[in-house]
Amino acid sequence: MIEQIDLTMVNWARSTFALTAMYHWIFVPLTLGLSFLCAFFESIYVKTGDEQWKKLTRFWMTLFGINFAIGVSTGIILEFEFGTNWSNYSWMVGDIFGAPLAIEGIAAFFLEATFFAVMFFGWNRVSKKAHLFATWMVAIGSNLSAVWILIANGWMQHPVGMTFNPDLARFEMIDFGALVFSPVAISHFVHVTSSAFLYASLFVVTVSSWYLLRKRHLKFAKRSLTVACTFGLLASLFVAYTGDEHAYHAASVQPMKLAAMEGLYDGERSAGLVAAGLLNMSKQPGDDEDAFIFEVKVPMVLSLLANRDINSFVPGINDLVYGNPAENIMGVEEMMQRGKSAVAELENYKSAKSSGDEFAAGKALTLFEENSEYLGYGYLDYAEQAVPYVPIVFYAFRVMVGLGTLFILVFLVYLYFLYKDQLEKQPLLLKFGVFAFLLGLVAQQAGWVVTELGRQPWAIQGLLPVTVARSNLDAGTVEVTFFMFLILFTALLIAALKIMTRQISIGPEGD
Amino acid sequence: MFGSLDFVILQQLWWFIAVLVGSLFVFLTFVQGGQTLLSTLSLSEDEKILVVNSLGRKWELTFTTLVLFGGALFAAFPLFYATSFGGAYWVWILILFTFIIQAVSYEYRRKPDNFLGKGVYDAFLFINGSVGILLIGAAVGTFFTGSNFILNDYNLVQWKHTLRGLEAAFSFFNLSFGLFLVFLARTLGALYLANNLGHDSLVAKLKNSSFNNLLCALPFLLYVLIRLLLMDGYAVNPVDGAVTMEANKYLHNLLQMPLNLILLLAGLVLVVFGVVLNRFTASVRGIWPAGLGTVLTCLAVFFLAGYNNTAFYPSKVDLNSSLTIYNASSSHYTLTVMSYVALLVPFVLGYIIWFWRQMDSKKLTLEELAADKKSY
Ligand code: HDD
Ligand code: HEM
Ligand code: HEM
Repeated sequence: MIEQIDLTMVNWARSTFALTAMYHWIFVPLTLGLSFLCAFFESIYVKTGDEQWKKLTRFWMTLFGINFAIGVSTGIILEFEFGTNWSNYSWMVGDIFGAPLAIEGIAAFFLEATFFAVMFFGWNRVSKKAHLFATWMVAIGSNLSAVWILIANGWMQHPVGMTFNPDLARFEMIDFGALVFSPVAISHFVHVTSSAFLYASLFVVTVSSWYLLRKRHLKFAKRSLTVACTFGLLASLFVAYTGDEHAYHAASVQPMKLAAMEGLYDGERSAGLVAAGLLNMSKQPGDDEDAFIFEVKVPMVLSLLANRDINSFVPGINDLVYGNPAENIMGVEEMMQRGKSAVAELENYKSAKSSGDEFAAGKALTLFEENSEYLGYGYLDYAEQAVPYVPIVFYAFRVMVGLGTLFILVFLVYLYFLYKDQLEKQPLLLKFGVFAFLLGLVAQQAGWVVTELGRQPWAIQGLLPVTVARSNLDAGTVEVTFFMFLILFTALLIAALKIMTRQISIGPEGD
Repeated sequence: MFGSLDFVILQQLWWFIAVLVGSLFVFLTFVQGGQTLLSTLSLSEDEKILVVNSLGRKWELTFTTLVLFGGALFAAFPLFYATSFGGAYWVWILILFTFIIQAVSYEYRRKPDNFLGKGVYDAFLFINGSVGILLIGAAVGTFFTGSNFILNDYNLVQWKHTLRGLEAAFSFFNLSFGLFLVFLARTLGALYLANNLGHDSLVAKLKNSSFNNLLCALPFLLYVLIRLLLMDGYAVNPVDGAVTMEANKYLHNLLQMPLNLILLLAGLVLVVFGVVLNRFTASVRGIWPAGLGTVLTCLAVFFLAGYNNTAFYPSKVDLNSSLTIYNASSSHYTLTVMSYVALLVPFVLGYIIWFWRQMDSKKLTLEELAADKKSY
């Protein structure tokens, strides 16, 4: 089915996807959160009739618009990249995966596109109420788009609601409800949107702290901060809560990812959580080196988090690769054997079909179906291939969680000083606050790195390795596009940053 | 409701829905057309600002329609999505490129400290309107002229031309198709702007321009139509799905689907009517008949490519790899689900139209823009 595996091509395609997705993800969470903040600000304006709040709303909307434009321009490339760089993927799972993308277009993007124009240019063209409605619709529309794309991504982490059609050699949807209400997808969505709210609140913290340090627009900055820090605090608590949910799901549907997040090689009962640690970089699955050079472990907590049970067994990488009969875990090695037999029987089925031998075809099909759930494993070359690159996943996870905890504290402290009306007198805090947004960005990107690198080598967990998902292109072609995108997106990023900082230094009009 | 429909009916329904979105997109390319007028119409700085701001309130809609067109094809005809995007790689990448650079240009072109400078953003807008539309036309042209791909037993695509899709632009037919779309977009752009702007001398200029651009579009249109009637087409045997070349296939399609012929003629007449209305009367409302006409014409062309046992994405190197709406579609189940989703479309169209009218009930004037610091 796959003639020759061109790994360089696959790696360039992965890099291109990572590049475009990561650029997209600089701007998109800001859109998701800032749209709600603008809606809050404008609601206060409509409620109080205070023109200052209108100015405040319009200021944040200007920044929103600059961000939105580049978010859109990085998004279109992702939509079509599935086709251009992952065309086997698009064919093999398009029957399922295409639906959420199309629904996203119909149900979400048009809301954004239509009401965006009203929100920006409708101040004097529609009534105050209609305008506020438009602003809310932009916020709801952007977050609806997050729903659908995360259903799609959640399905890649935990494929449900489909079956394999041997005649067409593709997966087909049989239960749309399972897709939409998949607990993995839902926890994905709530974690991502709340993290976006948190991120946008950090953006307001950064800009407002800068004004306070410069002693400019004091009232304006404090008003913005009051709303944003409240929103941010709620969001950050929710992020921590949903993040825990997320890890719990990963433990059951992607145990390998969880093991990598924890650097856990040998599974254990009452496993401890590594709060901080330094990995031994030469550790490989199956060898008997120590996994850590040094580590601080909180006893029992991992078992509790992963399975909601202190005494439960958490499998490690070695258990998953080589199997652990005592704990009833089938290893990748065995799954590969079964998978290879499924691949062979599928081949037999196909050739019997085309030569019209119905009897042989029926037999091959029965044999295929015995092992069809391991089909994806049949395309792996060796069992250790099923292990993601541990160090990045491990450290990225710790960076995200560490920052998440820090952000809760940041919002609390800001709210405290706002309440005491002493914020301007805290230069150290404000100096730190100026960098808050950057830290938010780091946490966001780290989160996706955990999710996506932790899923390797699968494009779709357990079903489709990235080596099969690719298009039939040569490495050079994809490499050229990688650099085209790198240059273009970087130029656009610089432009967005310069325009944004200029607008911030101009400040809210007439204040 | 939809679940009880025949698979074949659902497939035909989805070809209709997908190409309806595509046809609406072509109508909405008045934005791209307007972008090219910006550099070719010798406008004063004030006039340019008016044009940009008028288009700047609509570009998202066009863009999103393109995204939805892609999404709808992915969901309903995944084999087409995989074959065409993964195969005709370069033509699609270049098209996407022109849309990436468009998306930031309105917002950034006049903002202080914008890094690339206003001239570059204006060039981006021009490239999107010219190269972007031309290539889209060339890509759609291959629905009739065929492409260079082979599908293996597992339906995975191999492209048999080193230019990976760009070769489409070297066919006279495809090129004419593309140039027709470029001039059509300019015609529509001028019509739209004439209706939207409150600036007498500029409107007069635009009214002339729509007529001139239609004249430029005409030779390409005629060539495309005549070629279509004369060329061999990719016919599908309804029994075994085998694809063969049939002389005058598209002529036969027109004659065998008389409604389609009527659609095509009515569409073309409406476009001409809209332009003539603007050119020779005081009316500025020509965009509406011309827009409707564009949608009808495009529908007719897409129907020609997909219905009546025709392969809509034919392969010229291996006839039997050609895609039809039957072998490229999603499963019965998925099409059913998507049909329920499509019930949203009228609702979406409804609020778009409602708010469009709210926003455009007053003409856009320089006075308004001057009062608004947020203008593009
Ligand atoms: C500001 C950003 C941010 C912050 C502070 C956090 N997260 Fe997060 N996290 C994300 C932003 C994010 C994300 C970028 O939105 C991810 C990537 C994919 C996803 O679903 O959300 C993510 C993924 C992600 C995953 C991977 C799930 C998977 O791949 O299946 C886990 C387990 C957690 N998070 C857990 C946490 C915990 C316990 C946090 C404690 C405070 C936390 N996150 C804070
Ligand atoms: C916007 C936030 C996202 C970021 C920052 C992100 C990041 C990444 C990264 C870093 C990779 C490379 C992983 C690797 O190759 O080792 C990747 C791969 C990929 N991601 Fe995501 N991702 C995001 C969202 C999504 C979503 C929503 C989807 C699907 C709907 C998705 C689908 C994919 C696919 C198909 C690949 C390529 C195959 C693979 O390497 O697994 N990504 N992404
Ligand atoms: C591989 C995955 C993704 C694809 C294919 C994708 C596709 C797109 C496209 C085509 C656009 C432009 C839409 C327009 O015409 O306005 C866009 C914008 C947007 N996307 Fe993504 N996207 C992906 C990942 C994500 C994720 C993970 C989220 C949120 C959780 C997201 C949220 C948004 C939002 C809110 C916008 C609107 C404007 C903005 O970006 O600021 N996208 N995306």
